[in-house]
Amino acid sequence: MTSFDAIVVGGGHNGLVSAAVLAKSGRNVLVLEAAGDVGGAARTEEFAPGFRVSSIAHLLNRLHPDVVTTLELEKHGLQIARSAFVPSVALSTDGPPLVLHGAYGEVLTGASPTGQTAWKDLRAQLLRYAGILKPLLARRPPDLSGMSLLDTASLGQTALALKKLGKEDMRDFLRVLLMNVADLLDEQLSDDRLKGLLAFDATLGSHLGPRSPTSLLGLYYRLAGESGGAAGAQILPKGGMGAVISAICVAAEKAGVTSRTNTPAARIIVEKGRAVGVALASGEEIRARTIVSAINPATTVFDLVGPLEFDTGFIRKVKNIRMNGDAAKLNLALDRPPQFAGVDAAGHKGRLVIAPSPDHVERAFNPSKYGEFSPEPVMEITLPSLADSSLAPDGACVLSAVVQYAPYALREGWASGRGKFLNAIMAQLETYAPGIGKTVRHAELLTPADIEARYRMPGGHWHHGELQADQMLMSRPVAGWSGYDTPIDGLFLAGAGSHPGGGVSGAPGLNAARRIIAMKG
Amino acid sequence: MKSWDAIVIGGGHNGLVNACYLQRAGLDVLVVEKNGWVGGAATSRELTPGFLYSNCSYVCSLFRPEIMRDLELPRFGLQVIAYEGGAVFTRDGDYLANYRDHDAHRREFARFSRRDAEAYDRYARDVTRQCRFIQPLLMRTAPDPTSFRPRDLGELLYLGKKFAGLSAEEMALTLRFWTMSISDFLDEYFETDVVKANFALSGIIGTALGPMSPGTAYVLLHHYMGEVDGSVGAWGYARGGMGAVTQALAASFEASGGTIRTGAEVDHVTIRRGKARGVVLASGEEIHGKLVVSNADVKRTFLKLVEERELPDIFLRRVRNFRIRGSSGKVNIALDSLPEFPALPKDSPVYRGDMHFTDSMERMERAYDDWKAGRWSADPFLDMVIPTTLDPTMAPSGKHFMSCFVQYAPPKVNGGDWTDADRDGFAESVIAQISDYSPGFRNRIVHMEVRTPREIEAEVGLTEGNIFQGELTFDQLLFNRPVPGYAQYRSPVAGLYMCGSSTHPGGGVMGAPGRNAAAEILSDLAKPTKHMSPAHDVI
Amino acid sequence: MNQQPAIAPSTARAAAQSHFRTLRPGTPFQPRIDALARTNDWYNWAGYRAPHSLWDEELEYFAIRSQAALFDISPMTKYRVEGPDAEAFLNRITLRDVAKLKPGRVHYTAWCDDEGFVLDDGTLFRLSPTRFRLCSQERHLPWLLDSAIGFEVIVEEETEAVAGLALQGPTSFAVLRDAGFADVERLKIFDIAEFPHDGSSQGTSRVTISRTGFTGDLGYELFVPAEHALSLWDRLMLAGELRGIRAIGYAALNRARLEAGLIVANADFVTAVHAVRPNRLRMPDEIGLGFMIDFDKGHFNGRRAIVSARAKKRLRHVLVGLEIEGNIPAEHAMVYYRKSQEVGLVSAAMWSPMAKRNIAIASLARPFGDTIVDDLWVEIYAMRELQYQKLMKRAKVVPRPFIKLDRRTANPPADF
Repeated sequence: MTSFDAIVVGGGHNGLVSAAVLAKSGRNVLVLEAAGDVGGAARTEEFAPGFRVSSIAHLLNRLHPDVVTTLELEKHGLQIARSAFVPSVALSTDGPPLVLHGAYGEVLTGASPTGQTAWKDLRAQLLRYAGILKPLLARRPPDLSGMSLLDTASLGQTALALKKLGKEDMRDFLRVLLMNVADLLDEQLSDDRLKGLLAFDATLGSHLGPRSPTSLLGLYYRLAGESGGAAGAQILPKGGMGAVISAICVAAEKAGVTSRTNTPAARIIVEKGRAVGVALASGEEIRARTIVSAINPATTVFDLVGPLEFDTGFIRKVKNIRMNGDAAKLNLALDRPPQFAGVDAAGHKGRLVIAPSPDHVERAFNPSKYGEFSPEPVMEITLPSLADSSLAPDGACVLSAVVQYAPYALREGWASGRGKFLNAIMAQLETYAPGIGKTVRHAELLTPADIEARYRMPGGHWHHGELQADQMLMSRPVAGWSGYDTPIDGLFLAGAGSHPGGGVSGAPGLNAARRIIAMKG
Repeated sequence: MKSWDAIVIGGGHNGLVNACYLQRAGLDVLVVEKNGWVGGAATSRELTPGFLYSNCSYVCSLFRPEIMRDLELPRFGLQVIAYEGGAVFTRDGDYLANYRDHDAHRREFARFSRRDAEAYDRYARDVTRQCRFIQPLLMRTAPDPTSFRPRDLGELLYLGKKFAGLSAEEMALTLRFWTMSISDFLDEYFETDVVKANFALSGIIGTALGPMSPGTAYVLLHHYMGEVDGSVGAWGYARGGMGAVTQALAASFEASGGTIRTGAEVDHVTIRRGKARGVVLASGEEIHGKLVVSNADVKRTFLKLVEERELPDIFLRRVRNFRIRGSSGKVNIALDSLPEFPALPKDSPVYRGDMHFTDSMERMERAYDDWKAGRWSADPFLDMVIPTTLDPTMAPSGKHFMSCFVQYAPPKVNGGDWTDADRDGFAESVIAQISDYSPGFRNRIVHMEVRTPREIEAEVGLTEGNIFQGELTFDQLLFNRPVPGYAQYRSPVAGLYMCGSSTHPGGGVMGAPGRNAAAEILSDLAKPTKHMSPAHDVI
Repeated sequence: MNQQPAIAPSTARAAAQSHFRTLRPGTPFQPRIDALARTNDWYNWAGYRAPHSLWDEELEYFAIRSQAALFDISPMTKYRVEGPDAEAFLNRITLRDVAKLKPGRVHYTAWCDDEGFVLDDGTLFRLSPTRFRLCSQERHLPWLLDSAIGFEVIVEEETEAVAGLALQGPTSFAVLRDAGFADVERLKIFDIAEFPHDGSSQGTSRVTISRTGFTGDLGYELFVPAEHALSLWDRLMLAGELRGIRAIGYAALNRARLEAGLIVANADFVTAVHAVRPNRLRMPDEIGLGFMIDFDKGHFNGRRAIVSARAKKRLRHVLVGLEIEGNIPAEHAMVYYRKSQEVGLVSAAMWSPMAKRNIAIASLARPFGDTIVDDLWVEIYAMRELQYQKLMKRAKVVPRPFIKLDRRTANPPADF
């Protein structure tokens, strides 16, 4: 029987990052993946004959620079060049779209001169404020029960960064921190297209509307991410998101990581309060000093370890993690590239957003509170095959869209709701890209329920838990256990359910690995 | 010509509290009030013969007992009578009551869920812990986190120490509590919809947020921080209506030598060389004062009563961005007899408390969706009380006064101003809802006063009719209230102060803003504050 | 416009509305207790109207020590815990090893939250391999249900359905025997057995008798379905007539339990769910329950916190028995070190007729009561005719129980 220093459960990007970093530290690491391929929700998959698409995450906008450098991903084939930054296009039915070029709108086209100035100011302010929070991404949240010197120092750094803002800017930072995004936008902008886009970005992936207090944090979270050193920049990786996974895999392999696919973990073996190994569905048991769970925290606790090993209060907290997703993924195989009205060729290669105004986003959000889908959903669309012809047959096109709001627990059930929701999405698409409906060769709509089933993400939530203020930092995944440790010695959490949260950042995986190394685990 | 030591604009409860404390410190104080009566939003008005209407605020709990004592309000007629119960009526013809007795409370909840009945103790403990953390902050001026003055540092240290005094569990809960929706918070304790709706209502009253909006857990706290004579969290009626509070304040003020002028609407504050020198009335009359205190909300004060050029741009920008959102209305009804609610036993104490008809979180949230869309709620949330069940002074014998606080009512209807027809439609939604639970209700109505945000703003001067003079969201609390940099009752204009609910700690008939402002003013004047009790101990 | 489809409320729910008219309902024994209540001296026990005394507080106490005393324990919270995982479930919740509790046995136990703070203490009855009854002072349904996640177990409150009586005192065995509970002498301390009652040898009317109690004396506790409560009462009273059986109230019981050195939740310590002030929370080691903790049995709630508190010496309090000079009860007196430094508080105190000593239970701040046990004093404020007589009396830390009666555990039980 082989034994490992560490076993990583779950070969999603965070699991792989964690495994690679641990292996680089000299540990003998095994990754267990239930599916046939590693990569989790960041794979590239064939969804129709000849059509391939990034499974769930389809834009790279927050892969953490520490992950890129630690794992030398650029050496392993990942290309993050400034030239690859793609624009965001705020579509409109009333006229031409508005385009944010470069890294999150360094240049704005389609706006009035006053709109340009207002955006320039707001963009600078948003980046400044997001920049204050940015250092928090790559470290453990402060521990409230006994602030270590390091915690105090890191908080001190944040306080210092805050002070550097200057008095009035600091005041505004403190004022707007927990505000809703719609109000902030109304304070500073007047263009509905731009406001709609920002409102969409702030709420994408969360159960909030732009008028929900704290929704601005979502925008900060996005802008705290960076690509190629530019905050807010986004890339459509060549070969789909799977290319990012491939690069991480190369790094992992080079570091000596063993990975086994089609190998679901059945249970984490705990002896005398300590995690000592993993039992596979096949009955095989593999031992290791450290077990890293890069899957959902609730699944880890309830299914892999079982409540018996935990205290009731902890179980209660885990049960209370809100993780019902609202985002669906639409993959369309199209006979030919669609034409979005008023959008130029470069725009079609970017991110196309249907979110005409904050009010529209808010109205789309309303039904989700009651388990109903949005009759006029909002979405971000990419056409990855335009820049990467390997993804679709000649002349054909792939459309990949993340669509909100599609509540996980649809009251009428997704069996009957799916068709209706697809119709609603197609009606929206038809408005912005007339004729698109007729070119659909195959449509795959993944509701949160499907995402849950296919990618083993409870609630179909890509953050593995709502990323709202009360589930962030010290409260992520649960208060008291936010630093990747768990009540079980030798068991660590490394998935998006941990700080700082989801998106293809690798940060939870990296931070967890660093924690394990620091603990000599 | 006479120059007053201080002129207080607006005779609402905070203006009067402020005036009382200043007068008792030896200042010569004048209160100028636009209406022909004082009281602001805490009035008892005889709108139909024999009936006194608490036509804006209608119940009492938050008013600080320290202020009642300092200003000898009981001597001037203030008496608060605690509720005996309360209920949420359910659509199935039953109700969930709140009883004062702990065990009756538990048994009542157990009718719906034994688990929820027993979960109440932990819920009460956790909310109480949060209240104990917040309560001492009510009677203190918020520190300026950007200032390095010893006083602000001291206050920050106080806050920090209070926080550090909490256990790690409590700290985590506090951080979560301030950002959670009341709906999510309640989900962590209770399983039954009506039980959640019963508690959630305290999280939405007065705000332009729904129970599923983050931040509403804090609003709940705001409604739990009060007391009726030591019974923390209890609510009651002021005997004689809410006007009894301001009448007592006015009497106390006058007894200490203060002067009130009613029917004196202020047109603007006179400012010379950057300093407030008095006010000019709508009549053109100028009144001189060494300092001016405004009880009006921050928008009214600085966007209407002060000329723009006197104020720094950044201040003006922040004042404009201060959110005062009209979200509620009132329907005040004179009844020729006590309405019957077939669901409720005739001897139930619930009649002598607050009654509600919104029995699910979804109904409450949908009512808010209507507000967001610019409509009044088709299925409104009502906080309904019949004070005359405990206070016979408000109506002729055997007849009753009913107060219905209604959410949600938008400041504008579909983008336009309220019309009389809108007002009637709004009233009908309320009467229809009550009638669903009380057949024949309409026939008992003798007289009715309907107050949409339009009426409240016109009469009381509350912008958009917002009862808190500004939303109680985190961006508008503590050192952010009303605006960052001016959260200590002073303004950019020397000698011009704020004392209304727009300032820390916010709205409700609490009196704390008026008192705290007085403390700051007296400190600026280097006057003694021995007549001001410190906050009661929280032990 | 607002009409939503009306659903009829469940009839049971509607029928329960009227509870507001009776804020302190009685127990199933109330008709008998009311008939005997000469003092009409009631108190609120978990929402029930329970007698503080019935006829004479002092003599009721002596009924416990010299005859047989009947005390209604129905208001005690009772949960039925049943299922294949019941043992594992209870082992995870409570401090002691439930695997060591054989069917037909009872043990005194306690349970903690994640931080190791005591939620309550109580008695756990193992009625069969898979069926238990957990009795406690406070209510814990949400905690028990949340603890049951992942366990095949049913947790149900049965406080109202099951009536309970404590029969305590030297003649208690004789009373039971005379009442026809055959073979009851076989019950050793902490044993349980079921007995026929109301003409039924099985089924719902059987009486469960355990040799347990809260007095430190020979005694039994009897549980019966509520509808058979009165006949059980009558059966005992009739049989006990010549054995001096007397019904008693809580004041008498409270004296007996203090002599026995037993603690009461929310009297001698504050339970975690009710502690608003964090410094009132107590770990088992801080209230004398450290002996229960079984670290060999696997995981249980609070284990990590307790281990860590012991290792890091973070235990801040200790609960001790005190013997105080003189004879003035020191109820709620402050405890001082060297007459000057405040180190704790007395939670219960009395002159013990059985020990002829002035005894007390006190909670002290460590190291006082732990490593420093000398030079402790209590400051007694004795109200006498509207004046406090302030006394500073020397207190000695002594082991509990304050009295030890051989008859409590004698086998077979003595026939007095």
